Amino acid sequence: MLRIEQAYWLMALFLAGAAILNLRDRRWSHAAFWGVLAMLVAGGKFVLAAAAAHDNLPAQLAGAGVIALAALSPRMSRGHLRERPADEREADAKKLRHRLLGPALLIPLVTLLVALFGDYLAFDGRRLFDAHQMTLTGLALACLVALVAALRVTRADPASGLVEGRRLLDTLGWAALLPLTLAALGGVFAATGVGTAVADLVRMLIPVHSALACVVAFGLGMVLFTVIMGNAFAAFPVLMAGIGIPLLIRLHGANPAILGAMGMVTGYCGTLFTPMAANYNIVPVALLELPNQGDVIRAQWKTGALLLVVNLALIYLLVFRF
Amino acid sequence: MSVLLHYLPLLGVLVVVAGFALRFNPVPVVVVAGIVSGLAAGKSIGDILALIGTSFVSERALLLFVLTLPAIGVLERAGLREHARHWIASLRGLNVARLLIAYLGLRQILSMLGLTSVAGQAQTVRPLLAPMAEGAAEKRGSPLTPQERNDVRAFSAATDNIGLFFGEDVFIALGAVLLIQGFYAQHGIELEPLQIALWALPTAIAAFVIHAIRAVLLQRRLQRQVGAAADAREEAD
Repeated sequence: MLRIEQAYWLMALFLAGAAILNLRDRRWSHAAFWGVLAMLVAGGKFVLAAAAAHDNLPAQLAGAGVIALAALSPRMSRGHLRERPADEREADAKKLRHRLLGPALLIPLVTLLVALFGDYLAFDGRRLFDAHQMTLTGLALACLVALVAALRVTRADPASGLVEGRRLLDTLGWAALLPLTLAALGGVFAATGVGTAVADLVRMLIPVHSALACVVAFGLGMVLFTVIMGNAFAAFPVLMAGIGIPLLIRLHGANPAILGAMGMVTGYCGTLFTPMAANYNIVPVALLELPNQGDVIRAQWKTGALLLVVNLALIYLLVFRF
Repeated sequence: MSVLLHYLPLLGVLVVVAGFALRFNPVPVVVVAGIVSGLAAGKSIGDILALIGTSFVSERALLLFVLTLPAIGVLERAGLREHARHWIASLRGLNVARLLIAYLGLRQILSMLGLTSVAGQAQTVRPLLAPMAEGAAEKRGSPLTPQERNDVRAFSAATDNIGLFFGEDVFIALGAVLLIQGFYAQHGIELEPLQIALWALPTAIAAFVIHAIRAVLLQRRLQRQVGAAADAREEAD
C-alpha cells in the first residue's frame, strides 16, 4: 500500500542526496542544513509516536534540530548555482519542443487521477492508496512518474535528477524551510495563549453595542491575526470565540453560516499581505528568483485590499438579514 | 500582575514583527519568537524544545513540494522554460491578461473541487505559468526590462495564490468548511457543510473579477510602456 510516510522517506532521501552533493563541493553549511532536515523528515513519525507516549526526548532532539537549522539559515546564501548555458538549453528546447511539456504536465495530471480515482484502486481487497492524505501521496507518486518521463524525454543521465533537483533546492535555500518553521510557531502561539490575549485586546477597544463596529473589528481582527500567524485557520477560532459568537451571533443575531464562511475568507485576504504565509508569499520569491522579499506581496496586496472592503460590506449587508 | 502575565506571551508576536521589519533572516526570527513566547508563558526550556519539535515535524507535509524539483530541474536543463515562452509567444490572440485570467479561473475551479495540490508555485508557476506569461508579454514586440520581467513573474505567483485561496473555501469536504463546521459544533451550533460553502461563493466571484481587472491593467501598462519607449525613440530621432 502506498502511504504518505513513504513520500516522507523519498523526500528525506532527496534531501540527504542534496546534502552529500554539497558535502562534495565543500559547501559545509548547505550540507549540514539539508542533512539535519533529512533526519527531521525521516524521523518525524517516530518523534510524534514517542511524544504521544509521553516520551519527550525525541521531540526535544527534534526541537534542537530546528534550532540548529535556524542557526544555519543566515549562512544559506541563495546565490545562483551554475546552470547549463542558455544557448544549449535553447537548442534542446527547439529540438524537443512539446515533448518537454508532457512530463511537466504529468505532475498535476497524475495527482489529479490519484485524487479522483485512488479510492477505487484495490488489489485482493487491499487499497493501493492509504486514504490518509491520499492527494499528497498522489503528488509524491506524480513527481516520481514525471522524473522518469523527464529522464526518458531528455535522455539525461539518471543522476541528473538529483543534480538538478539539488540546484533548485539550493536556489530555494532557507525559504524552503520557512513554512514549516512558521507552522511550528503557530503551534507554540496556540499553546501559550497568544490567541486569547489578542482577542481580549480587540474587545477592549470596540463599542460592543454597535453591530457595524463588531463587524469591522471581527473582519480586521481576522486580517490582523492572519497577518501575524500567516494562517487564517489559526485566526478563526480565536476571533470567533472572542467576537464572532458572543457579540455578533448571540448579541446582534448574525447568521452563523454566513459569518463563518465570509469571516474565513476575510482572513484569507490577510494571507495575501503577510510574509508569515511563507509557502505562498516567500517561497515563490525564491523559486522565481525575484530580487526583493516583498515582490509577490507587492503584486497581490491590491487585490487583497479591494476584496477585504467588498467582504466587510457583504458581511454587514448579509449576516443580519438571512 | 495576572493581567500582565496574560498578555506577556504577545512578546513573541513583537519579536516576529520587529524581526521582519528589521529584515533579519526570517527562520531564526521565527524560532526565537517561539522560544520567547514559551518562556513568557512560563514553560521550561525542555517543554519549549519538545513543543517546537513536535509542531515542526507534524507539519512536514508542507515540505512535500520539494519532490517536484528533480523532475522540473531535469526538464529545465533541457529548456522547458525557454520552450514554454516560445510556444506562448507563437500563439496568436493570447496575451498576458487572457493567459492569467484563464489560469485564475481554472485554479479556482480545481480548488473548489478539492484539487488544491494539482497546481502550485513549484508544480506549475515556476516551470509553466511564469515563463508562459513572460512569453505572452513579449508579444508586444519588444523585450521586457528586468523590472517588467519581475513584475510579470510576481503577478503570476499572485494569480496562483488568489486562485487557490478563493476556490478552496468553497470546497465542502476538506479544510476551511469543515473547520468552521467543527468549531460551531463545539459551541452548540449545528450547520450543514454545504450551507457554509455556498456563502463563500460571492467572495470567490468578487476575487475573480477584481484580479481579472488587475490582470488587464497589467497588460495595458506593459503595452503603454512599449508605446512610451517608441515615442521616446522617435523624439530622439
